[in-house]
Amino acid sequence: MSEYKRREFIKTTATVAAGAATGTLFAPAVHAQAWSSQPEKGAKLRVLRWKRFVAGDEDAYMANVKKFSDKYGIEVRVDHESWEDVRPKAAVTANTGAGPDIILSTHDDANLYPEKLVDVTDLANYLGRKYGGWYPVCEAYLRPNGKNWIGIPFGCAGNCLVYRESQVKAAGFSSFPKDTDGFLKLMQALKEKGTPGGFALGNATGDGNVWTHWLLWSHGGKLVNEKNQVVINSPETIKALEYAKALYETFVPGTLSWLDPNNNKAFLDSQCSVTANGISIYYAAKNSNDPKIKEMAADINHANMPIGPAGVPTELNLFFNQMIFKHSRYPRAAKEFIRFMMEEEQFGPWMQAAIGYVTQPLMAYEKNPIWTVDPKHTPYRDSMKIMRPIGYAGKMGYASAGAAADFIVVNMVAEAASGSKSPQEAAERAQKRAERYYKV
Amino acid sequence: MNALLQRVQGNRNALGLLFMVPAAVVLLLFLTYPLGLGVWLGFTDTKVGRGGEWIGLENYVYLWDDSVTRLSVFNTFFYTIVASIFKFILGLWLALLLNKHLPFKAFIRAIVLLPWIVPTALSAIAFWWIYDAQFSIISWSLGRLGLIDEYINFLGDPWLARFSTIAANIWRGVPFVAICLLAGLQTISPSFYEAASIDGATPWQQFRYVTLPLLTPIIAVVMTFSVLFTFTDFQLIYVLTRGGPLNATHLMATLSFQRAIPGGALGEGAALAVAMVPFLLAAIMFSYFGLQRRAWQQGASDK
Repeated sequence: MSEYKRREFIKTTATVAAGAATGTLFAPAVHAQAWSSQPEKGAKLRVLRWKRFVAGDEDAYMANVKKFSDKYGIEVRVDHESWEDVRPKAAVTANTGAGPDIILSTHDDANLYPEKLVDVTDLANYLGRKYGGWYPVCEAYLRPNGKNWIGIPFGCAGNCLVYRESQVKAAGFSSFPKDTDGFLKLMQALKEKGTPGGFALGNATGDGNVWTHWLLWSHGGKLVNEKNQVVINSPETIKALEYAKALYETFVPGTLSWLDPNNNKAFLDSQCSVTANGISIYYAAKNSNDPKIKEMAADINHANMPIGPAGVPTELNLFFNQMIFKHSRYPRAAKEFIRFMMEEEQFGPWMQAAIGYVTQPLMAYEKNPIWTVDPKHTPYRDSMKIMRPIGYAGKMGYASAGAAADFIVVNMVAEAASGSKSPQEAAERAQKRAERYYKV
Repeated sequence: MNALLQRVQGNRNALGLLFMVPAAVVLLLFLTYPLGLGVWLGFTDTKVGRGGEWIGLENYVYLWDDSVTRLSVFNTFFYTIVASIFKFILGLWLALLLNKHLPFKAFIRAIVLLPWIVPTALSAIAFWWIYDAQFSIISWSLGRLGLIDEYINFLGDPWLARFSTIAANIWRGVPFVAICLLAGLQTISPSFYEAASIDGATPWQQFRYVTLPLLTPIIAVVMTFSVLFTFTDFQLIYVLTRGGPLNATHLMATLSFQRAIPGGALGEGAALAVAMVPFLLAAIMFSYFGLQRRAWQQGASDK
């Protein structure tokens, strides 16, 4: 124990000393070194995480895992599953009390079975103090009672408007509009120029939910209020849906059938000038073997989602958590693992390897060079700062998870936008469908 | 002990039972138990990750009022009925053609089976590209020919999406029907046709009064299977549309999955899956009692 502490101390002082010499990015606060968790002897860990969206993520993550194994002599097995499959697996793990010790999952998963998760308040406090604090949205997700942390935030897959600079200019806009009115005008101008944009309106778990929630919230609408009462059928929602209708008229054809990959494909084929996506389109272009597509990368730029009548940013991004399950035989080793992965020495290089696909949950990591090395990355830096939690403004749990999985908001926007229902009817139907989940 | 063993070996009934034990265990373990569990879950409010309590018929009452469920029931019936009719007609036609003397008969018969052999997920991905809103080969070809100005919205328009998914299902299901019916055709003795032609029967009469009646037992079995496969289809829809656009292609199976697994409502999803059972049973009953009437098969008229 004392040996371990001593080594830690030497290491941290060395970092500080090195930092003083080279001008380190993150000078740890003096009281921040109060972390000591002795992993159990002979511990072994199993980790289940979502499969990479960009190649660098997985390589760097696994390199960090190896560093951990070498340092502590703890064997760590990491399984990767498609992100939509992690949710059911995590649930089964929670249900049966068997399976991985640590699961990296998405959105409100931890809120479905908080009593099955190890309390990580000490670790969250330690990391928060050391690295400039957690963004408030992290607490909405993982500190449901305002006191105990049921998981450690891992970040989010930022979602921005991805656009073709030359086409936006050709449509008469020297800079990307920052409000919803300007955005609609831009979309209309793009349509007139024959270079329309488009957003997924099919049952697309990622892309569909992300932009339709932004749209709803930007106009002040929301599914539920703070008391979990369904309030979707509101004048604000109707306004949002009328806006959606006007916006839809400017879309490329076929967006009602779009699933998650469609907008990437259409954009990279120059059939879509604006869409909402992670940074992956830009990187697909940048790393393409096709010289024509590679050339396109220079013309791609990003912007945060426009601000609507609500007056504040209202983005939804795919939130990632890290959960330790109570059935784990090595909870201390698991905590140590998460701490290790979240420390600057590991998290910083990993963020860079993930090329900005994952936005940090700790504020100090805003200074990571990945956000400034290419100014086109910068909008994704703020994804965590300006996002709202899923199930806003209510509490998370089975109702919020069920309502999102059933595409209530996506369907409502699609119905109103396509004109298959009037905005009023679409909002009424969404209200009825949501009330079933938030049983009234 | 030895004596007992010998007695069992000597007793045909005991030996028979003994030999059936492994099969019975497998069936109980992997069929009866999950089915029973599914039925039971349908009567509880079990969530993924949390045990549930008995709530009686609440799930079913809840689903009855649910507009998306109702739409999915309609979609499932529409999908099954239209696809099955086409699969039967095309399958029978193909079987009759393949039953003729063709060059490279064995080769052609093998090729016909291909769509059925390819894993659904793969052929579904191929169809996904064929129907893509931006990259559809059909739209591209028609556009090049100057027949259309705008790409066809195969999966973006509710009715078009229904027909597009049905077409993909038919493409996949026809070979199964065709090959099975072909096997049936080959069991019909040529002497019947000889006798019929001596009596002066036209080809249509031969088909109507010889082929069709003798083929009905096979048709009954094949179409039962075909209807069951179609009714419970999942992969094709899941890859092509995820039930979209506007839930126009959500089948009971895909909706059940969506509610149970990503949505976390295991009980409700199970109830929706169990709700498919009566329809499936009805399909089986129909084929057994409706199509397997011996009198009709032997050429007599319906009673």
